Amino acid sequence: MAHLTSRRGLLFGTAAVSAGALLAGCTSNESSDDPAANEQSAADDKPGKAVTIGFAGPQADHGWLNAINENAKSRAERYEDVTLEITEGSNDTAQQIGQIETLINKKVDVLVVLPADGKALTQVGLKAMRAGIPVVNLDRIFNSPQAYRCWIGGDNYGMGLNAGHYIGEQLKDKGDARVIELAGLDNLELTQQRTKGFDDALKNYPNIKKVARQAAEFTVESGQAKMAQLLQAQSDFDALWNHDDDQGVGALRAIEQAGRDDFLMVGGAGALSAFQAIKQDDGVLKATVLYPPTMAASAIDLARALGQGKGVGGLAEFEIPASLTLYSAVVDKDNVDQYMPTGFK
Amino acid sequence: MTQPVSPPRGGPDKVTPVSEPPAWRALVFRADVRTLSLLGVLAALIVIGGITKPDEFLDTRNLQLVLTQASVIGVVTVGMTFVITSGGIDLSVGAIVALASVWATTVATQEYGFGGILFTAVIVGVGCGLVNGLLIAYGGMVPFIATLAMLASARGLALQITDGSTQVVTVEGILDLGERDAYVLGIPPLVLVFAVVTIIGWLLLNRTTFGRRTVAVGGNAEAARLAGIDVRRQRLYLYLLSGLCCGIAAFLLIVLSGSGQNTNGNLYELDAIAAAIIGGTLLSGGRGTITGSVLGVLIFTTITNIFALNNLQSDVQQIAKGAIIVAAVLVQRRTASTT
Repeated sequence: MAHLTSRRGLLFGTAAVSAGALLAGCTSNESSDDPAANEQSAADDKPGKAVTIGFAGPQADHGWLNAINENAKSRAERYEDVTLEITEGSNDTAQQIGQIETLINKKVDVLVVLPADGKALTQVGLKAMRAGIPVVNLDRIFNSPQAYRCWIGGDNYGMGLNAGHYIGEQLKDKGDARVIELAGLDNLELTQQRTKGFDDALKNYPNIKKVARQAAEFTVESGQAKMAQLLQAQSDFDALWNHDDDQGVGALRAIEQAGRDDFLMVGGAGALSAFQAIKQDDGVLKATVLYPPTMAASAIDLARALGQGKGVGGLAEFEIPASLTLYSAVVDKDNVDQYMPTGFK
Repeated sequence: MTQPVSPPRGGPDKVTPVSEPPAWRALVFRADVRTLSLLGVLAALIVIGGITKPDEFLDTRNLQLVLTQASVIGVVTVGMTFVITSGGIDLSVGAIVALASVWATTVATQEYGFGGILFTAVIVGVGCGLVNGLLIAYGGMVPFIATLAMLASARGLALQITDGSTQVVTVEGILDLGERDAYVLGIPPLVLVFAVVTIIGWLLLNRTTFGRRTVAVGGNAEAARLAGIDVRRQRLYLYLLSGLCCGIAAFLLIVLSGSGQNTNGNLYELDAIAAAIIGGTLLSGGRGTITGSVLGVLIFTTITNIFALNNLQSDVQQIAKGAIIVAAVLVQRRTASTT
């Protein structure tokens, strides 16, 4: 799939560049005989200037975070002109600051940082930018836009929104439909955003009512425990949205243990086990909403483009964007094959 | 129901147990009052649950659910009760559960089927307990530090084994054990294991020399040594026992969640210590009660259940849980001191 994107990117890129050149030719008062200079504006697979990218992420103690590291590594390996300096992941703010400072001292060309805590690492982001090293901020956002050149990350609100719309469409012909929500860790802001998006989407469907919500902790164990209680509390409902496929493994166990199959379930994040269950289509899990770990691969692309002074293929600009919010696609039986390779364990 | 013998609020400097018969009787009575007050708290919770959600709460399936959810942490708490009674502490229980559960669910282990998973979970638990015991009993390390070190390394090793991914169990026999078809006379197998561990724990603490030695070591280790008890060996056994309980709990958790994950057993150490202390086991050692610990676990699980059934959110749940811990301990203090 990654390959597909980049080939399409190349096509779009070429088209965009020619369109850009055409436009420039039309509007410019000066001689328009130099469109060739723009040809290199979009990054593509062709080897360019060598770039050393420093990558610092948190400890990979969750399937999704592990997938982030894997995506970054395998993407960097694809480019001959990219050298990846990857640090040992850490959840300790002080330690991660130290690691990033080491990368700054090594004078890497570009930094990609997924902070353990965005707010706490803002200062070291600023420091890198002041030292002339552009920072690509991955997912957990820094406090100040001055601390990064480009932010790329997922859309938690959009995740809830798309989950809500999917469930809404499935149940739109059903009178008095009842929906429940198994949320993630409640003291994270992202959980609140997901719930907000979900609630906002459900407002479009007056026949649907959210009757219960419990928060698990992104772990299989908590998913099983909370889901078992929810099933006991709600003897009759039509759909369930679970924020996270990892805790979904536990939730699915609880559903099986209770012998229930009278509702449809939508997951979140995009784990391999969820994709497989959706493909098999023999349980309650019918779809999952992505929070794509491929964003780390895209971050490497962006960092490479930054290092080579190019823009993004498919866009008209000569520079990469300042901010990129990824779409939380709904994966169901119809398109699951396409996403299968991106599923994380 | 008798309780182990020791001074009521005794620190390590208090007199060794098995001293004056009159104090003995008063203690038995007092201990019973403690247990009764815990039963009172549990009864009050059941009334609250019954009033707020009569259909969902007062239901056989809910009773099965509460007892099943209590099983994993319950088994851990039985082991923890022994350790605390001896004046020690085991901070590594959650980490050992995590390590045992991921070690027992690797692709390689799963090839050995049901027996392989059970054996690995128990052996890893016992192995960690052995290391804890040796460090504390023969290495002279403070239990707090030794088990803290085990907490860190076991969690680290669990992470290294899984790489952060969730290891889904595919062995049918394991998964079937958690489903309704496996219930024996309406009792889930997990609950049966919990019951057996509780009964063995109760007998061990109250009816054997092993139990009396545990209490003696916790009451006054020096006096116990002078009385001819091999204190170091006793301590080794106690941490082994706690490790064994963690191994069994890990197996139950694998059955329950159908997977192994390095985040398993999160904060079990605090839950187990809280349940034991609420139950009436003395944090400074010298007094322990398995009955109280199990009631403590049931109280916590019932609270969680009532909150979930009433759809209360995490913030309210946490505030209320804290308040109920304080209330339960205060009620217990009051009733215990007025008798």
